[in-house]
Amino acid sequence: MTQLTQTAPAPYYTRIAPTTGWIALNLKEVWAYRELLYFLAWRDVKVRYRQTVLGAAWAVLVPFLTMVVFNVLFGVLMGANGKPTIEGVPYTLSTFAAMVPWMMFAFVVTQSSNSLVANRNMITKVYFPRLIAPLAPVLSALVDFLSAFAVLGAMIVAYHFTADFKFVPSWRLLLLPAFVLLASLTALGISMWLSALNALYRDVKYALPFLVQILMFASPVVYPAAKVLRANIPQWAKVLYGLNPMVSVLEGFRWALFGTNDVSLPIVGLSSLMVLVMLLGGMFYFRRTERLFADLA
Amino acid sequence: MKPAIRIKNIAKRYRLGEEHHSTIGDALAAMFNRRKGKVSKQPEEIWALKDVSFDVAPGEVVGIIGRNGAGKSTLLKILSRITEPTQGEIELHGRVSSLLEVGTGFHPELSGRDNVYLNGSVLGMKKAEIDRKFDEIVDFSGVEKFLDTPVKHYSSGMQVRLAFAVAAHLEPEILIVDEVLAVGDAEFQRKCLGRMSEVADSGRTILFVSHNMAAVENLCTRGVLLQGGQVAFSGTTSECIGQYASCFKEKLLDGTIKGKLITRAEFLDGDCRVGSISMGQGVVLTLAFRTPKVTQRPRVGVVFRRRLTGEAVFSIDSDMLGASWASRPADRFQARFVFEELNLIHGEYLVDLYVGCDGENFERLKQALELHVLVSDVFGTGRLPDSHFGPMFVTPILSLDAA
Repeated sequence: MTQLTQTAPAPYYTRIAPTTGWIALNLKEVWAYRELLYFLAWRDVKVRYRQTVLGAAWAVLVPFLTMVVFNVLFGVLMGANGKPTIEGVPYTLSTFAAMVPWMMFAFVVTQSSNSLVANRNMITKVYFPRLIAPLAPVLSALVDFLSAFAVLGAMIVAYHFTADFKFVPSWRLLLLPAFVLLASLTALGISMWLSALNALYRDVKYALPFLVQILMFASPVVYPAAKVLRANIPQWAKVLYGLNPMVSVLEGFRWALFGTNDVSLPIVGLSSLMVLVMLLGGMFYFRRTERLFADLA
Repeated sequence: MKPAIRIKNIAKRYRLGEEHHSTIGDALAAMFNRRKGKVSKQPEEIWALKDVSFDVAPGEVVGIIGRNGAGKSTLLKILSRITEPTQGEIELHGRVSSLLEVGTGFHPELSGRDNVYLNGSVLGMKKAEIDRKFDEIVDFSGVEKFLDTPVKHYSSGMQVRLAFAVAAHLEPEILIVDEVLAVGDAEFQRKCLGRMSEVADSGRTILFVSHNMAAVENLCTRGVLLQGGQVAFSGTTSECIGQYASCFKEKLLDGTIKGKLITRAEFLDGDCRVGSISMGQGVVLTLAFRTPKVTQRPRVGVVFRRRLTGEAVFSIDSDMLGASWASRPADRFQARFVFEELNLIHGEYLVDLYVGCDGENFERLKQALELHVLVSDVFGTGRLPDSHFGPMFVTPILSLDAA
């Protein structure tokens, strides 16, 4: 049997006492547990497509087929030239470019909101900063995102050489990660609230798929935002629409890739600000209800 | 010396019923009722722990014992920071690991190798630390041949061994352990206990909860007995175990029974009066009674009932057994039931006693005795039977072959 080696003596100190009301986020502790965050995300990735025939291809197939469905649908309803697209960009490309970040967003919202219930058995047996649970899907979603994004890249190249579409790379591409970040933070901001609520009220489980679906139509995924912003609707409705952070994310993607500009910088700034408020509020709410999770989850 | 663990006035309240509304509709309805001035009925409260205080010095190995529902698990959950106390404060000086089960975070689809990393990090180990100890862990578990097989194909014994191997390589200064040693086959249990005492000898502070009195006795330097959510006794291990055993027989401190005819009844293990036995262990029940008339063949019997449900598990008496007659006619008797093994599942049992003669009942004492049967690994597989399975356990010899 091996000798137990003494770990470096460090002045570890833990104080356990009841908490009330609002408590600090304690992000330092989350940082100290970053390896667990990584391992949980890694587990999700490794397990996700086990026992499937197509495996990771699903990460690409789902957004691709969704795009195809809308392509056919709008083609039938509005004729080949009436599809809601942006000038100079084929509908297939403009939709797929938004579908890729959208699928990531939808995945994170779904998984994170369910994370406390899904990790119930860990939460009732082991301590870790509970914030880790809804954070992990953000990382694991990136893997699917990258594979789908690679396919998007390949499609752009293919269109560039075969169709009446020219791709012009520019500095704007460098801002893509910023929009990925904004999408992740938006998803997290929603999930912080929903995961905590889900631990307390199982209604969330039933409302969630519906919510994601509604959000998809309230975001410019299968149509450009311009169709709404230039539609004949009251001004307040347009403002409300612009407040949806996913409008900025998706049009941001199109802007970075194709140079369209449906959404202006002030709108992006405003929705980023809104995301931060929602995220911070959500995290505090999460921390506030955290003490009940082990007893109720 | 500064204590490693200082527990000060810890209390934990659980609310039953009204408190939690598991759908938003319920919550709204409750809010609406409150608005309308309808006072919803007070939620029922349960204090799982009340005013629990004790210190643990560095290097001490403390066993926490008590019967089911005494608050042991709640205390462990609070110490492990899984749930919050309602009142009080705990200070822990040192790196803490708690082990409420082995294999937390195990994923059936992942290989043994992956699960070692996953479980290790769930228990608070760093990746570098797991890398360093990986070979030792695998060696300890004895499953190296199946490292790349998904653990869903492992036998339950193998899963437990691998999980314990990870846990055994934690290097905390304070270790909080629940009943995790009651798993695995006998040999593996010895290995685990060995590892535990090694950890204990190396000067770590350990808080150990178990029903396995032998393990508590071997490992612990001190015991704390919980009863009804409070510290009932704190002292040396053997004193504590003595107190624990005696709390099962408060009713008959000296074996005396308040019957008109039955004057004495007790469970014996060897020569010692006991209130509890392990599953599969034998026990002797002795009785002293009188009969209203002189006879050579009195009838004496017992009925075992589960305390929880009151259902009779079995009954047996001298007539059914065709026991031989007393050596001579008398009106005072001694009876001795030797149960070489009692296949009762763990739990609490109440025993009715009765005496009679020639179809006539003289006396029937309900719930005259109680016996607590403690869980143990009777199958030697680490799979503990659940008391919902039924009142008894059997260990048939099973042969299984593809037909």
